[in-house]
Amino acid sequence: MATESHSSGEYIKHHLQNLTYGQLPDGTWGFAHGAAEAKSMGFWAINVDSMLFSIGLGLLFLLLFRMAAKKATTGTPSGLQNFVEWIIEFIDGSVRGSFSHQNAMVAPLALTVFMWVFLMNLMDLFPVDWFPYAATLSGVPHLKIVPSTDPNVTFGLSLSIFFLVLYYSVKMKGAGGFFSELAFQPFPKFLFPVNLLLEGVGLIAKPISLALRLFGNMYAGEMIFILIALMFGGGWVLAVFGGALQWAWAVFHILIITLQAFIFMTLTIVYLDMAHAEHH
Amino acid sequence: MNFNATLIGQSITFIFFVWFCMKFVWPPIMNALETRKKQIADGLAAADRGKHELELAAKKAGDNMRDAKAQAAEVIAQAEKRAAQIIEEAKVAAKEEGDRQLAAAQANIAQETNRARESLREQVAGLAVAGAEKILRREVNAQTHADLLGQLKAEL
Repeated sequence: MATESHSSGEYIKHHLQNLTYGQLPDGTWGFAHGAAEAKSMGFWAINVDSMLFSIGLGLLFLLLFRMAAKKATTGTPSGLQNFVEWIIEFIDGSVRGSFSHQNAMVAPLALTVFMWVFLMNLMDLFPVDWFPYAATLSGVPHLKIVPSTDPNVTFGLSLSIFFLVLYYSVKMKGAGGFFSELAFQPFPKFLFPVNLLLEGVGLIAKPISLALRLFGNMYAGEMIFILIALMFGGGWVLAVFGGALQWAWAVFHILIITLQAFIFMTLTIVYLDMAHAEHH
Repeated sequence: MNFNATLIGQSITFIFFVWFCMKFVWPPIMNALETRKKQIADGLAAADRGKHELELAAKKAGDNMRDAKAQAAEVIAQAEKRAAQIIEEAKVAAKEEGDRQLAAAQANIAQETNRARESLREQVAGLAVAGAEKILRREVNAQTHADLLGQLKAEL
């Protein structure tokens, strides 16, 4: 019993560990074996699996859409073009609905965010053991194939968007205008330290909530898949029940991954819209 | 959650993806969509125009048809009138010709009658003179009674 719970814990930990490349405690560079070793590498390490899968999926998205863009005709659209146009019109409608200023960057940004996050989330639907098992067979100690369960990835996105928000806030309103928006409301001017505190927290909360929402949802979803996968080792009754559960959760997860991608995109548009809006 | 350089790598990747999408993906597709929207609008407008023109043409064709019918009726009426006129003229001409031929025949007949009467009279006169000569042969001298005979001849 003790060994079983121990091995279950090991199994879960193994599945939640990224393939991290960095400086090992003995001074050489290499892949971390286990969470403690990865932690000891400090900031100057890189999650190779997150980077590879996210870049791969991003390139897949760009390649697909670039192909459609190259062959885009004004006549009857073919299958791929139809699909791409459907997504682009959906994004364009969302941007027109939430963003009321002139900026040629927002719509492509929203498209990239939506498609990239969606594809990264989509990796969650692969059975949790396939890729890590194949990796272990080929000598790679860890492999997490869902980049959006890595907080580095979600914060990488949300911080980039946060810097865009800061950039456009200063560009559209000027440094003074941006500061007055933070300091002189919602309370009267003489209470500006309180205002600054409130608005500052509100400002910082945007990227953090954006990243944590996506990360939390995906991490929890992945965790449930892992827990279901644990049932496969508990006799055939549990295995069949686990199979049914995994199917049901995967179906429900299709909704979650799409919804999370959509929320991430919509909030990105809304934050950028707020950055462009003049203080009323 | 341990943060590491993946954060930076991810941000750089993201910025590159957005740049690529903004440069090479969004504009051509949006362009195609806008152009197609315009084409469809143009096509619908052209169809409307065509429909309108068709209505106009149909109306014009109807007008033309009515005009042509009226003209044809007029031509037919004229032709009928003309035909009646020609028949009338032909009747008159035939009647005149008939009258003329009748008159000529009558004149001919009269002439023939006269000629026959003339020759008959001569023959009767000759017969009478011959008879008288036979009767008077011995008593009458032809020369002396020549004027008497002539007178008789004229009387017959």
